[in-house]
Amino acid sequence: MAAKVFTIDGQEISATEGQSVLEAAHEAGIRIPTLCHLEGVMDVGACRLCLVEIAGSNKLVPACTTQVADGMVVATTSERLQRYRRLLLELLFAERNHVCAVCVSNGHCELQSLAMHLGMDHVSFPYTFPKLEVDLTHRLFGMDHNRCVLCGRCVRVCWYVEGAATKNFSGRGASSRIISDLNQPWGESRTCTACGKCVHACPTGALFEKGTTVGEMQKDRGKLEYIVTAREKKQWIV
Amino acid sequence: MVLAELIAIKERELAARKPVVITCCLAAGCLSSAGQAVKEALDQAVKTASLDAEVEVRGVGCMRLCCEGPLVFIDPPGTLYQQVKPEDAASLVGTVRGGTTHVARGEPNHPFFARQMSIVLENSGFMDPERIEAYIARDGYLAVRNVLREMTPAEVVSEITRSGLRGRGGAGYPTGLKWSTVAKTSSAKKYVICNADEGDPGAFMDRSVLESDPHRVLEGMIIAAYAVGADQGYIYVRAEYPLAISRLQTAIRQAKQLGLLGSGVFESPFNFNLDIRIGAGAFVCGEETALMASVEGRRGQPRPRPPFPAESGLFGQPTLINNVETFACVPPILRRGAEWFAAIGTERSKGTKVFALAGKVKHTGLIEVPMGMTLREIVQDMGGGVPDGGQIKAVQTGGPSGGCIPAAHLDTPVDYESLGRLGSIMGSGGMIVMDQQDNMVDVARFFMEFCKDESCGKCVPCRAGTVQMHALLCRLLARQATARDLAKLEELCDLVRNTSLCGLGITAPNPVLSTLRFFRQEYLDLLAPEPWKPATPPAPLPGLG
Amino acid sequence: MDRLKIATVWLGGCSGCHMSLLDLDEWLFELAKVADVVYGPLVDTKEYPAAVDVCLVEGAVANTEHVELMHQIRQRTRVLVAFGDCAVTGNVTALRNPLGSAAPVLERAYLDPANLRPALPHEPGVVPPLLDRVLPLQEAVPVDFFLPGCPPPADRIKAFLQELLAGKAPHLTGANLRFG
Ligand SMILES: Cc1cc2nc3c(=O)[nH]c(=O)nc-3n(C[C@H](O)[C@H](O)[C@H](O)COP(=O)(O)O)c2cc1C
Ligand code: SF4
Ligand code: SF4
Ligand code: SF4
Ligand code: FES
Repeated sequence: MAAKVFTIDGQEISATEGQSVLEAAHEAGIRIPTLCHLEGVMDVGACRLCLVEIAGSNKLVPACTTQVADGMVVATTSERLQRYRRLLLELLFAERNHVCAVCVSNGHCELQSLAMHLGMDHVSFPYTFPKLEVDLTHRLFGMDHNRCVLCGRCVRVCWYVEGAATKNFSGRGASSRIISDLNQPWGESRTCTACGKCVHACPTGALFEKGTTVGEMQKDRGKLEYIVTAREKKQWIV
Repeated sequence: MVLAELIAIKERELAARKPVVITCCLAAGCLSSAGQAVKEALDQAVKTASLDAEVEVRGVGCMRLCCEGPLVFIDPPGTLYQQVKPEDAASLVGTVRGGTTHVARGEPNHPFFARQMSIVLENSGFMDPERIEAYIARDGYLAVRNVLREMTPAEVVSEITRSGLRGRGGAGYPTGLKWSTVAKTSSAKKYVICNADEGDPGAFMDRSVLESDPHRVLEGMIIAAYAVGADQGYIYVRAEYPLAISRLQTAIRQAKQLGLLGSGVFESPFNFNLDIRIGAGAFVCGEETALMASVEGRRGQPRPRPPFPAESGLFGQPTLINNVETFACVPPILRRGAEWFAAIGTERSKGTKVFALAGKVKHTGLIEVPMGMTLREIVQDMGGGVPDGGQIKAVQTGGPSGGCIPAAHLDTPVDYESLGRLGSIMGSGGMIVMDQQDNMVDVARFFMEFCKDESCGKCVPCRAGTVQMHALLCRLLARQATARDLAKLEELCDLVRNTSLCGLGITAPNPVLSTLRFFRQEYLDLLAPEPWKPATPPAPLPGLG
Repeated sequence: MDRLKIATVWLGGCSGCHMSLLDLDEWLFELAKVADVVYGPLVDTKEYPAAVDVCLVEGAVANTEHVELMHQIRQRTRVLVAFGDCAVTGNVTALRNPLGSAAPVLERAYLDPANLRPALPHEPGVVPPLLDRVLPLQEAVPVDFFLPGCPPPADRIKAFLQELLAGKAPHLTGANLRFG
């Protein structure tokens, strides 16, 4: 595969052809904020937090779905990008009911930590305070829609890693919801294998293991990466 | 099917024309005002008067002046009748024998008709859309035959390129360039898709074309498929258009029977199958990548581009996707030549554009005008201005992705670039006239509500940002918003336009931005004072910025 | 320079933020060297004084009395700080908002569990009516600075106040900006 050389935040780095700007940046130790990106499953460009500027174009592009090209000049930290990222986080916090103080994921949450690192000290939009369900019908896991950011990571691991195709989206716009099967209670799903991959893929406290209380739900991404790597490199245990 | 047969059909059809033809509009507008009953009453009246041999009653597609429907046209003598009721049938048929009728007559010479230029709608209102012979009699499918027999695919692409045709689905992307991109890909499997999702509120241009002249769209698609090397096509129509769907089904069946679709089109080695896919009425499914996901049977959500459909589209294969009206322009271009088409319109916007003229104008309905005509000519001369002598305040084009052009700019020519400079877009062809009674903030709220409800929910700025913008506009209208809220609204417009994934989100702020640009005072007039306002502004701490 | 006038206010919150403020322990003596606490649950002043330099507001705006008080405070205060998650986000106090209005909350609290003469409290002029929607501070009045945390740990409060007292605009970063 051909190597590509491009510049990111003033630093020249090389990448392999077909690599995304995000991957190449991470390999070079440059962190770009992400939320819908999950190592091991395809990218969808939904959260827009990884937007970057490309010299010569005034269109912002998501680093996760943009392939590197020779001579590309990428900027990831302009004042404008930082401001947009903060506003996007504010929109997410205002959209559902995030009460970190009483959340299972408090202290281990990607959303909470993004707010921290991007300097979001408050939400400047009115909170919408929607009335949302909590599905506790599953034997092992719970789903709290109040904390879901609709990143779709659970859906993608469920379809493309586990292959169960239990999780999906329903509705559109602000009425979008993550559902199990054809919107059954999770516990009644015939397809769910109770593998727990969605729980560990979820960046927030929306999906959790039953029996965890405030701050106890730590997600194990290592397991997912392990499975995906094993599959890609055919490292089967025989 | 060979040329001789095509000509034979045409001649048979022309020979069968009866001395008098009574055309009766059976497109959606007139159907909704009892057009079908009028047609049946006319049939009956002809029978009763024993005029079967002389008079043909023909159900046709849209006759344009929808606000005066049901419309009936008797030729000869060439008289248009408006607001016809079933009980008028006998007296109308009576006029053929010199009788009189009290039914209101239209003015075929009124600028509303006289200034139109029909290319896309050339058959609309004259021809029975459910009979392929009627289309062939008006030189239908002649272009396909000539293309397949006498032109290479590259020549077809070049003809389209030289015609200057641009996409009529909204963005105005050069059609020839799109075709040549797909044609150049080396994939063995390629697709052609016709985008008939038409989700803009108030738009019914594509619907009229499909209902009035479905074969024209088929012919355009066959030519496109040949040019780009595709053998499978889909027409994606929204389920809310049952009449369009049934006429398309009829048209496809007829074309297959005559060997104009399927394997060996016109007895050439070229194969092309065409299927209909029905959308469930989501606006976002008109966006090309969402549309393709929907055709594939997945949730209709856009995905980031690149890759563009031309490289990787339906089922991962190179795909040509064009709008209904774009395809409808193709047969006449190939019949009459690229130069003929390129001579119409302006420097960079060629040909004609169909608009659905609506709102505060005397004459509402469907119009097709050459590009470059000014807004004033359209809304004042053709539309007759505001009824009861009111004043035009603004003209909205482009629906939820467009903007409001104030009366001061009515002399703007209607072309892609001029409308873009004013913060609006050509869009798919909605044109709404507003008068002094219309509140521009409320107009912005209306479109924002539409975008909020139609956002697919995939990306954060559009899903959550439209909710916040809509709430702010509602607060403004309730006179509860402060100057801080207005600043917030502008900040959100900037965010959503620059960070959204697809065109829906990117253009959702347009109605707000354009009304802010030209009617800012209306926003300012609605502002409420800050309830906490200190007598003197709080001084900062020493050293505090 | 004059001594700074500091106020603290306790709206719809659990007083945890004030407890955390007391956790500043001996640093409170440092604070007392430059500033006076002129109003708040920790001092006995009935009326919010004029020309307060800094006001730390704990809790969300939950009833009509809070709204009026905040309008008065905003008018009389130079630097207004949303102190703790309830003030910044609504937090636990706003957990009732998805119910849509005050009525279901009052019913749940006073009618459902009561088995003897259930009644809603009604003392005009004494018990302020609940707002239908609990507001974070910045939805009621403009706020100058935000100090998140449930409660903000004492160190975070100290870092914040130190910058403020030094005449700088406090700028919390990293772990000091964590909600919850
Ligand atoms: C939200 C959204 C809705 C759209 N709806 C339509 C539509 O209803 N019909 C259409 O032809 N194009 C629609 N488009 C444009 C298509 O994505 C695409 O550009 C078009 O079909 C290309 O055809 P053209 O080049 O012939 O215009 C829409 C785009 C967006 C972003
Ligand atoms: S999911 Fe994260 S951001 Fe939401 S309440 Fe829990 S910890 Fe806070
Ligand atoms: S449940 Fe979790 S992983 Fe799934 S969409 Fe919501 S936040 Fe993302
Ligand atoms: S811009 Fe709107 S419609 Fe488009 S992908 Fe984003 S949420 Fe969906
Ligand atoms: S990580 Fe790229 S858009 Fe979400």
